[in-house]
Amino acid sequence: MSEIIFSFDDKMYKGQHGEPLAAALLRNGLLSITNSTYHGRPRGVVGLGVEEPNALVQLVSGTQESMLPATVIEVAEGLSARSLTGIGALPDAPDEARYDKTNCYVDTLVIGAGLAGLKAAGEELRAGREVLLIDDQPGPGGHLRHLGAGLPSALQDVLAHQNLTYLSRCTATGLYDQNYVIAIERRSDHLGSAAPANRARIRVWHIRAGQIVLTPGAFQRPLIFANNDRPGIMLSHAAATYVTVNGVRIFRTAVVTTVDNQGYRDALRLHNAGVQVQAIYDARPGAKGSSVDAASAAGIPIRFRAAVLDTASNAEGALHSVTIQDLDTKDAFEITADLLAVSGGWTPIVDLATHIGIKPKWSEEHAAFLVNHFTDKLRTAGMLAGDFGGDDDPSVFFGPALDAEQARYAYIDLQRDATLHDLRRGVGAGLSSIEHIKRYTTIGTAHDQGKTSGMLTIGALCQLGDAGQGGKPGLSPADVGTLSFRPPYVPIPFVALAGRERGELSDPIRITPLHQWHVEAGAVFEDVGQWKRPWYFAKPGESMEDAVRRECIAAREGVAVMDASTLGKIDIQGPDAAVFLDRIYTNMFSTLPEGQCRYGLMCKADGIVFDDGVTTRLGKNHFLMTTTTGGAARVLAWLEEWLQTEWPDLKVYCTSVTEHISTIALVGPKSRQLLSELVTDIDLSKDAFPFMHSRMATIDGIPVRIARISFSGELAFEVNAEWGYARYIWERLWALGRSYDLTAYGTETMHVLRAEKGYIIIGQDTDGTQTPHDLNMSWIVSKKKEFIGKRSFQLPYLKATGRPQLVGLLPEDGDEVIPEGAYITALNARPDEHGKIPHTGFVTSSYYSPALGRAFALALVADGLSRMGEMVDVPIGKKLLSATICDAVFIDKENIRRD
Amino acid sequence: MLNIPCPHCGLRNETEFHYGAEAGVAYPDPNTLTDSEWAKYLHIRANPKGWLAERWVHFAGCGRWFNLWRNTITHEIGPVYLPFTTQPKMPGNTVQEGPGK
Repeated sequence: MSEIIFSFDDKMYKGQHGEPLAAALLRNGLLSITNSTYHGRPRGVVGLGVEEPNALVQLVSGTQESMLPATVIEVAEGLSARSLTGIGALPDAPDEARYDKTNCYVDTLVIGAGLAGLKAAGEELRAGREVLLIDDQPGPGGHLRHLGAGLPSALQDVLAHQNLTYLSRCTATGLYDQNYVIAIERRSDHLGSAAPANRARIRVWHIRAGQIVLTPGAFQRPLIFANNDRPGIMLSHAAATYVTVNGVRIFRTAVVTTVDNQGYRDALRLHNAGVQVQAIYDARPGAKGSSVDAASAAGIPIRFRAAVLDTASNAEGALHSVTIQDLDTKDAFEITADLLAVSGGWTPIVDLATHIGIKPKWSEEHAAFLVNHFTDKLRTAGMLAGDFGGDDDPSVFFGPALDAEQARYAYIDLQRDATLHDLRRGVGAGLSSIEHIKRYTTIGTAHDQGKTSGMLTIGALCQLGDAGQGGKPGLSPADVGTLSFRPPYVPIPFVALAGRERGELSDPIRITPLHQWHVEAGAVFEDVGQWKRPWYFAKPGESMEDAVRRECIAAREGVAVMDASTLGKIDIQGPDAAVFLDRIYTNMFSTLPEGQCRYGLMCKADGIVFDDGVTTRLGKNHFLMTTTTGGAARVLAWLEEWLQTEWPDLKVYCTSVTEHISTIALVGPKSRQLLSELVTDIDLSKDAFPFMHSRMATIDGIPVRIARISFSGELAFEVNAEWGYARYIWERLWALGRSYDLTAYGTETMHVLRAEKGYIIIGQDTDGTQTPHDLNMSWIVSKKKEFIGKRSFQLPYLKATGRPQLVGLLPEDGDEVIPEGAYITALNARPDEHGKIPHTGFVTSSYYSPALGRAFALALVADGLSRMGEMVDVPIGKKLLSATICDAVFIDKENIRRD
Repeated sequence: MLNIPCPHCGLRNETEFHYGAEAGVAYPDPNTLTDSEWAKYLHIRANPKGWLAERWVHFAGCGRWFNLWRNTITHEIGPVYLPFTTQPKMPGNTVQEGPGK
């Protein structure tokens, strides 16, 4: 160990490299280091590790992580921290540290490198298994570390074994089904400014183990008495460790209050270190054992059937004196001390075991909940399994009887400032379940999740009943049961869970072969699933509105071009492909001639529309299906599910080809003329190449498939080519298009154009409850054949009146674009008996149409198809807009323009 | 997280799979069913406390559907079998590792 300087609350202190910050603060005399969150009472260090309920700090150095107990931070060069009153703050600067994840498979995982864990690891190694040993402390030994003792040589051999991997500072945070464990390893903070810059600060371990041995150890328990929260009142094991191992010399006189022999051992350690132990007050009627004899021999006064009732503070708020009560006579007296060491028994760490549903069992003998679990997959050992390793002989005692005033300052959860008074109120309000009491009082809901307070709550609840102060008399902790602990066992920074998947790496980005062109053309992009799609192409000085208007006009009056490569594409082949598509789509595909395209709608078995798109028959047994951009993976999975699990007799093969084929949509009255300059080997005329037909052709020798498909209602050609040729074809079109004022357009214009024609977008104009009939698409539902979903159209609730139906909506004020999602109410609707105005539908798509010269919308309206011409209201905040229900097709109802 | 034995790829993490509910529910002839029988096919699946034969698909792996027996209380996984093969017998009761909720 070497001496270094660290900073706390902007002051410099000396510390030993590697010691807990809590120890360094105590040695420097900082008994009171923060104020409590809600009551503002001075608080100091209580415990030894992650159970610490008081001494929360925020790092100022490094990552500025918040809400860390001072008991787990190691003093290192460059450490700077400040105290927190229970509420942390996120740093302003982004966290630049590196975070990693790793996966690991191992024969045996041992959680806890204390004596029991090391012993178990040794047995596993001897059985020939590979062992991963993890422990949250900086070194192995568990309890031995707190005694400042080294490892016996047999256990050192275990650690040195070639088949053992030992990870220090590695905390198992969750135990999941089938021996899956998540652990976080803190790898660099303890090195301070000497940490290598490229070292991952935290590594998240995903461990799958053949066997798990749980030896997590135990936390010492506090006791409930009045004013039990003052700086100077500590768990006895923590106090003795800080004094004897870390050389804390600030305590002159101590009082020990105990329910077991641990209090005697700690009293002896304090005594041997020169602290004057005034007395041990033992709640038990008597005690036996070597530690009792040793304390007695050392001259420490021992008094049985006595416990701390109350405490008083000095001017700084730290402990000054202790009121002791004789538990039988109820007589009380005062004794001065600057340290009150509390030994309330042990609480084995049952958390991980309860994560997978194991119920701990109460042991009156141990005054603790234990987990004795032995299967070939998971076993417990050490204190968790009841091996307390000494002559503790604890009594079930959680504190003396307190009056109402004393209960107000008898803290159960120090971090939450939750008291015995709060618990009594909870019970008084009729709560009896420990889970309800937890939520009512907030006990156990702070950063420490009840590590010290949980058992106290259970104990206090039982004592309450016995004292006739509420609840049931005669309750045992066995009746109450433990709290359900859920992962994580200790807080995990979100950034550690994210690992390297942050910023640009948080989700894959999919781009089309034309992406770079769009970037260079100044496109503004929108995310569609993982795809980047051009939203609109603004010229300098143009607003989005301007750009979209210009793009719409070009498509309706001249010629415009769009990158449609993101369309989902599934290649479907096999002798039964046509039969298969007949079953999948609501309309017929087996009758589709080769070289032709057909729009199709697919439903789930419940009759609800699921996806749509155009499918082209490329050959007798060969179809190319297109899906919505976001639906490609979903649809392929759907096709596979039916083929694999219902119709294995069908010979059909489906392959995703979304990223094999690029699609360029050339749209507008001048599109044929422009394309004919580039495609000279086929006749593009209306008669030779009718609507919804597909033809193979070439562009400068590049094979392309051209289809007369229109998602705008205009004359349009989709040019499909292999992915890599897209940019060449696009640029050829662009160069030739100069004299046509060819305009590139994005998804917003696409939406306006399709909505003007009443073409739906699944997921925008549907909300997962519409049938084809609701969408006014009965024309696409075959009556001649079976298909998925058909039977459901006969179900009463899908035939009932009042279903939302897709209609058009024209706002009274043509300049007012109604926000999408706006509710629609009946005209001049009055509130019903509940004061509510029921809605009759909502707006699904809404735009300004340059072609119509006004705003328009699509909406789902109850029975909308039979309400044509009806006026409705659309409340927007405090405004009330009026609109008229109309047909969803706004432009070219006769479908003349597409030819 | 479950460790699921894909019959084609071996033991893989649950995150690679999608769940498909109760196995062995064949697609019925829709036209012979009453409305309530059809609604039952659509919406009702067994969800017992204990062993359940269920469907899974190795979505992020081989993409194949298969069936397996799983104990919904202990998450123990029993025999795995392919669609359209004979369903193995329900595994015997094993010691419960913890009471279910």
